Amino acid sequence: MLSPTILIPAILNGLLTGAVYALVALGLTLIYGVLHIINFAHGALLSAALFATFFGYHAFGLDPYLAIFLLAPAFFALGYGLQRFVIGPASHGEDRNMLLVTLAIAVILENALLYVFRADTRTINLPYAFETIDFGFTFLAVPRVIGFGVVFVVALLLWLIMSWTDIGKAIRAVAKEKLGAELVGIDVAHVYAVTFGLGTACVAIAACLLIPTYYLNPQVGNAFVLIAFTIVVLGGMGSVPGALIGGLVIGVVESLSGLILGESLGQIGIFLIFIAVLLVRPSGLFGARA
Amino acid sequence: MSDRIDSFSRRKFLATTALGAVAATGSIAMPSVLRAQGAGVKLGVLHPVSGALSYSGQQGRLGAMLAIEEINAAGGIKALGGAKIDTILGDAQSTPDGGTAEVEKMNSAGVAAIVGGYASSICLAVSQAAARYDLPYVVDVGVADNIVTRGLKNTFRFGPGFGVIAKTALDNLVAINNQAGKPAKTVMIVHEDSLFGSGLAKLLNAQLPQQGFQILETIPHPTPTRDFNNVVLKIKAQNPDIVIPANYYNEYVLLARTMQQQQIKPKGIYSVLGGAASSYKFVKEFPEAAKYIMDCNHWFDPRNAQALALKKKVEEKGQFYTYEVYMNYSCVLLVADAIQRAASADRAKVTAALESSTFAGHVMPYAATKFVNGQNQGAAPVNTQVLDNDIKVILPPAFANAKPVFPMPA
Repeated sequence: MLSPTILIPAILNGLLTGAVYALVALGLTLIYGVLHIINFAHGALLSAALFATFFGYHAFGLDPYLAIFLLAPAFFALGYGLQRFVIGPASHGEDRNMLLVTLAIAVILENALLYVFRADTRTINLPYAFETIDFGFTFLAVPRVIGFGVVFVVALLLWLIMSWTDIGKAIRAVAKEKLGAELVGIDVAHVYAVTFGLGTACVAIAACLLIPTYYLNPQVGNAFVLIAFTIVVLGGMGSVPGALIGGLVIGVVESLSGLILGESLGQIGIFLIFIAVLLVRPSGLFGARA
Repeated sequence: MSDRIDSFSRRKFLATTALGAVAATGSIAMPSVLRAQGAGVKLGVLHPVSGALSYSGQQGRLGAMLAIEEINAAGGIKALGGAKIDTILGDAQSTPDGGTAEVEKMNSAGVAAIVGGYASSICLAVSQAAARYDLPYVVDVGVADNIVTRGLKNTFRFGPGFGVIAKTALDNLVAINNQAGKPAKTVMIVHEDSLFGSGLAKLLNAQLPQQGFQILETIPHPTPTRDFNNVVLKIKAQNPDIVIPANYYNEYVLLARTMQQQQIKPKGIYSVLGGAASSYKFVKEFPEAAKYIMDCNHWFDPRNAQALALKKKVEEKGQFYTYEVYMNYSCVLLVADAIQRAASADRAKVTAALESSTFAGHVMPYAATKFVNGQNQGAAPVNTQVLDNDIKVILPPAFANAKPVFPMPA
């Protein structure tokens, strides 16, 4: 059972799944690194993005991959607006208030989705969703391979934004030293909002990549965010490469645990890693000491 | 003297109040019973219409509603003066807790009986909750044997349990295998891990070796599961002659499609209560993945005119004629017949009427109902195979309209 013919495809599948997990975690870690809050609304935003893609496909026949170009900016605007006009003002600057406000947004969003779309599990059936690429020793599903590629492109784009653009530098400045950034004239509220927007845009892209091979209902986002939290902890809070590598590791762990322990227990591997990281290296693989 | 008068009058006062209270409740209750007979008989229709099993739940509800419409259109329950059936719909939300919550609501609403449940785990919980109120409960599909073997007087199952189904399935598998020259020896079982799948897998594990098959591996998975890559990898590595899936609709479809994707072709896919294996929806949406799949599952009587008329009605509504529809349809007709024979909506009388029921107006390939300890004795499954983009019955010969194709052509 542990022969290479099964292990290698399982690892490859794990890498492909892990890439999408990494994208969700990327948004979360970006928001944590700058705003220093855990965004509890992340899961609900992922569910909302999944439904938006679903709606786009069924109402307008919009292919999920094309929907990325529409939904990423739309969700960026949504995230920006949420932070700038809801979370920021409601929390009066206190970190712990921000946590509660994001939690409130999560509850409201999830139940709004439940009200509008009901709790049914839905899927999209794309004609190419079950096509595979033949690698000789295994077949890999086309949507997952595309997803893998897109995640790396997005990560690269984010890195470019952070290193080369003014807003990227401002984000890094605020992440390092908020008071100093304010003193040199950086609009912190704007930077916070842009970061939240970027995190939400990541989630929207992840939704578009997930939908060909996954199902959706108002609660599915939470399952992903739990895994995303684990990745953020593993990779280090606030670290972009950490989220990427952490995501790939978790994907492989999940796949191998599922293979060895059976599908019903497969997720145990992820949470064992979560506990192990917290015990042994709490700041994560790439995290800066708090 | 005065003491005796006081205690006498106190006792008298208490007695008169008690009598008065009883009379008052009696007189309040009586008119409401009289009102109910004219107003309608309440029937609880409970299915998992949201959550992981929502498609099956909605199909079940459809079947039940079609039966209720027909009964009401034909004049309601004649023995109760033409009382119509008032439907109290319930959503079990695909969990046993959801089911029991709905039982509480239905009991408060004063239903005469409950039909439905669908999933074994939900039926188990519902039968127990209903038993607390002596509320008659007819199981529509749920096949776990222990639903009807716990001595609950209120629970009746119209369809077969998985003990009977597993035995029939294996007997038929042996027959099909023998007929083809015994090409199949090894088996892998893929089952969902709740009461239904685990119970069935246990039975298969006990009985398959007795029939000369070797079980290479038994793979459980949760409902819902959205990624069968690992499971299919294991199948690919061990290359069984036959794959036996036992799960619910979504997972069955995904397993079949993933097997097709990885180009795994065993000698046969022989499902025992396969969630989609004998579903017109599956055959229509994914004909390539569905080809040659065999199933041992609930099926309507193809010679029964009423069954065919119902099929036409359902397809005209744009829905698929799946087992949840006709089993629930039959169960509602059964309950209506029991209420008619009891000439009352009283729960104890309806339960007694169900116990002595010999109802033959259903659409399943069973004889008239005969309940022993709540299980309908004549209930049995049927073997089907997907051939020519259609579902054909291959066994038993009395209902068959095609010959089995085994092994699967390459």
